[in-house]
Order: sequence, then structure tokens, then C-alpha cells
Amino acid sequence: MSGIRVENLTKKFGDFSAVDNVSFETKEGELAALLGPSGSGKSTILRIIAGLEIPDNGQIYLTGKDVTELRIQKRKVGFVFQHYALFKHMTVEKNIAFGLEIQKWNKTQITKKVAELIDLVKLNGYGKHYPAQLSGGQRQRVALARALAPEPQVLLLDEPFGSLDAKVRKNLASWIRNLHDRIHVTSIFVTHDQNEAMEISDKIIVINRGRVEQIGDATDVYENPKSKFVASFVGNVNVINGRIQNGHILIGGTANTIRKNSKDIPDGQDIVLLVRPEDISFKTNAIDSDAIPSIIKEIHYRGSYYEVEVITGESEVKCIIPKENFKNSLRKIGDQVHIGFTQFKVFEAADGHQVIHRMLKQLGYIE
Amino acid sequence: MEAEPESVELIRNPKINWGKRILISIVLLWFLLMIIVPLLEIIREACSRGTGIIKASLISPESAHAFWLTLFITFGTVIINTILGTILAIVLAKQKFKGKLFLESLIDLPFAVSPVVAGFMFIILFGPQGWIGSWFSSVNIKIIYAVPGMLIATLFVTLPFVAREVLPVLREFGPEPEEAASILGASQWQTFWKVTLPSIKWGLVYGITLTIARSIGEFGAVLVVSGSIINKTQTATLRIHDQFTDFNYSGAFSAALILAVVSFLLLNIIQHLYKKKGKYVS
Repeated sequence: MSGIRVENLTKKFGDFSAVDNVSFETKEGELAALLGPSGSGKSTILRIIAGLEIPDNGQIYLTGKDVTELRIQKRKVGFVFQHYALFKHMTVEKNIAFGLEIQKWNKTQITKKVAELIDLVKLNGYGKHYPAQLSGGQRQRVALARALAPEPQVLLLDEPFGSLDAKVRKNLASWIRNLHDRIHVTSIFVTHDQNEAMEISDKIIVINRGRVEQIGDATDVYENPKSKFVASFVGNVNVINGRIQNGHILIGGTANTIRKNSKDIPDGQDIVLLVRPEDISFKTNAIDSDAIPSIIKEIHYRGSYYEVEVITGESEVKCIIPKENFKNSLRKIGDQVHIGFTQFKVFEAADGHQVIHRMLKQLGYIE
Repeated sequence: MEAEPESVELIRNPKINWGKRILISIVLLWFLLMIIVPLLEIIREACSRGTGIIKASLISPESAHAFWLTLFITFGTVIINTILGTILAIVLAKQKFKGKLFLESLIDLPFAVSPVVAGFMFIILFGPQGWIGSWFSSVNIKIIYAVPGMLIATLFVTLPFVAREVLPVLREFGPEPEEAASILGASQWQTFWKVTLPSIKWGLVYGITLTIARSIGEFGAVLVVSGSIINKTQTATLRIHDQFTDFNYSGAFSAALILAVVSFLLLNIIQHLYKKKGKYVS
């Protein structure tokens, strides 16, 4: 049996295309993340699946059944809102029991289920409290219990940790992962935080401008990004300008070329190299074919590693160097180092690398 | 920066806080002059000729009729304006349509228009020669100088209260709890009764209180459309005015006292309920 499947979802608000021909599928029992920057349409997709928005086009299947035409009330989804959306005039118990009372469960069953859920979300003793008497993390757990109470086919979470502070957020995120491992309800959660997505989800669906950019597991989207957007959005990345010369990659402003051009990019074409900071190493041997001379600009101690900023040709490059390696190299600001890339991605800078660079800067993915 | 804590100390020192004392004195004095003294004066005047006269003037058939009429109009106004005001607030908070801003600015119009002017407006419209009134008189229904006209005038002057009190509560409440309810299987009707209504309850209670107080006390608009006919279209406030101009002071003041007491009790009950709501307000 399948989990959640959407096909060719499209939704416009006036002239603005919020969701543009989106298709994806998640397996039963999977916890998937819809990851994208704000305004990318990820929440709209979630709301369409729940029935809160009506798509202009496309189909939605929950556990194999077409629910596109089904009313919200009949879809059997659980939904958790960013701002909890608890019923303020009801106690925790009443909030959790709401869906069950609507579905006319009998009293003893309701009491039993509510007690079970309060135990599950670790709110024992808070049953008679009102939402205003709880902390943000507690409220979100009530919202989760309320959504799970009627035993939904799928669980949808819209930026569930978005309004919590950093520490609570991290705890709750890993707690939800553990919870999911126990109850195995097919779930999708929306987030703009790539760490959160990578930490707790089985599958990541990267959304940008209403479109699916890439679908894969955490390692997939991190190590094998299919587009510039994915590479820069999912984790830190250096954007380095370059060019193809004699079938080799030339880093802008430097004299030597590194590696062969593996893609079919013609000579003279401007390119951008995307390299993650942890994929950069300091070379001890300057004669290495892909060792690029650089100057150290800044050094930051980060506990288990050093974050080193170097100038490579005309680009500033951030490197993450393990503590021991850096200490042994005895480098200081102003020294020359040779850096090498253990892994990198090349994309054509068709519309000019400056444009991309500026765009990434504007979006806040690079400094 | 370092001097700051000292100056804070000075401001917080209660011994030399004359500003606070003066402000409190002004408020107390103002209350005394504007509310307490007039209220005591009403009581004094009403009692000045003995309770026998008070009783007599209150149980006279004309007074009894006036009080019943006030009660009837207030009741009708509260029912109609509570329902319509709530619908109005919901529409303004949740629906999008052309002219919404204009409509919202119109809600306050009854506050701005003098009640007497409003009364004349209704006479022109609903009088026997008016374009709506002429139709009603052709089917033998009297609006002006009759109870329906008085109800319409009271509805007009109290129209903003419920809508104005409920609208901000609804806006702050937002659509999400209602969405959550429908995802949990609740129909629109169930969502309204179980989620929306309890959330706007206090706005509604407050709006209704103001509506009642205004309906009881309304004078100008009702005077114009009713003609203040004894035993027919004379409400309690009109009766008070009538007695006063007839030099029947104890009658006027005893009726006034009753209205004042009713309003006072009403406000107290609301205050009491309001304190009890406590817990679930963040």
C-alpha cells in the first residue's frame, strides 16, 4: 500500500503560481519533509493534501485512494499547525477528545484514548490545564495528540517547530522522529530548515518556486544535488566562479586548471563550482594536479574543527578543517595554502555566475 | 549608561510620586462630579416626597406600559442585532469581496449621526408618504408613530455594538482553529457552535451589554419616530421626559432611578462574569 501521492498539483493565487505541476509519492509509514524557502509553496501543497485549499489541477491519493474530490471532514488526515491552533477555551483533555466526540466514539473509549495520548506525548498531569497555561513545546505536543486521536491515515505537520525557540525545537524534532519510529503513521512535515529535514526525515522533497527540485533521502540531496538551488539550499556551500578551458575546469583568477570537465560543457563556457566547506582539504603536496593556491583570510575555532576562510583567485571560500589536521599544518592568517576539493558540483553559469551569486546572496544562502 | 539605574530608582520611589497622586485625584474627582453626585441626586429627588408617591407613580398603568415597551424593544433589539452583528463581523473578518472596506467604515455611521437626525431619516423613509412607508400603509401596517418604527430606530443606533466588539476578537482568533476543527471532522455548524462561538463569547457578551444599555436609554431617535403617545408609543425614557416637563419630578426621578439601577446591575453582572473567565485567556 502506498502512502501519499500527488500528481500534477497546480494552484494559482491570482497571477502568482504558488504550486506548479507538483508530483511526488511517499511510502506507507514514511516520514517525509517538504523542504524549501519561505514562499516556495510547500505549505500550500500540504494544505491542498489536507483539503484546506482546492487545487486548480491535479490529483491527491491517500493510501491509494483518490481523495481529490473528498471533503476535508472525510479525508482522515491529522494536521498540526505552526501556531498550534488549539481550542483555547478547552482543557488539554477536551482538545484531544474533540475529534473523537465529533466522530461519536463512546465515552469510555474516548477516556481511554485521551489517557493513552497524554501518556504518549508525555503530558501526564496536564490534562485539566488550559493551553494558555502551557509552554510552546507542550502546546505543540497537545496539537500533535489532538491530530493523532482520531487515528488518521496520514499526518501532516506545517512548520511544526517554527514558533519554538532553538533548543525546544531541536528536542521536539528528535522526539518526533522517535515517536514516528514507534507509531509509523505516514507523515509529511513542512520546514525551511535543512538541518531539521535531514535530521528527522526518511525522504526529502525539495521545493522551490512551487516546483519539485529534487526528491531523495538526506545523503542524496546533500551529496548529489541535482540543481544549484538544491546544493546551495541544503547545507552550506561555496559558490566559486570558473570557466572551462581545454576540457578542464579553471578556477577564476588562478592559473592552473583542475580535473577534467566530466560534463559536456563546451570550452570557454562560464561555470560555477559548488563545494561544501567540509569537502575542502589542505594539500601538503603543492604539486598535486588539483591543488589550488589560496591565501588564508580568517581562522575561527569551532570546537571540533576550524572554519577557515581563504581567498582562492577571485572567490572567498569557506573550509571546514578537522582540528588535528589544521593544528598540524601550523598555518596562520596571510599564509599561503593549497586547497583541494574532494567533492564538488559543476553547473553551467548560463545566465552569468554573478547573477546566481547575487541571487544566492539575496536569499541568504551565502554571505 | 552607568547613570541609568540611579534615575530609575528616582522614578520608582513612591514617596515623592506626586504625579501619580494628582492623576488619581483628578480621576476620582471627575467620577464624583460626573457620576456619583448626579446618581445621588436622582435618589434624593425620587425620595423627597416619600415612598408612597414613588410607588404610585411607578405602578400607574402609563408607567407600567412604558416599562414593558422598553423591555420589549430592548429584547427585540438584542435578539436581532446579536444575530446580525455576529454575521456582519464574521463576513467582514473572513470573506473577501469588493466594497468590504467601505462597508466596514459604514458600520460606525450610527455612532456619528445624531439620533434625532436618524429619527427624521426613518420618518422620511417609513412615513405614510415615504417610499417604503407608503407600501406598508397600503397593507395597513403602521411603522412610524408605532412600535415597529421604534424598533427600527433602536436597531439603527445600536447596530455597531455587537459587530464592533466581535470583529477584533474574530480577527485575532484567526482561521486556524476552525480549520483544525474541520480537519477533525466537524461540520461548519459544529465548528461554529463548538469553536467559533466560545472564542468570541466575551466580545459578544460585551457587545450585547452595550446594546442593552443603549436600547434602554435611547431617547432622541425613538422620540422622533414614536411621537411619545401615552400608553401606545411611550417608552420609559420618553415617560421620564414627559413627567419631567409636566413638573412631576418624583415620578420622573423614580423612573429614572429604576433605569439607573438596571444599568448599574447589568454592568456589575458583566464585570463579575468577566473576572470569572480568567483561566483560558493568555
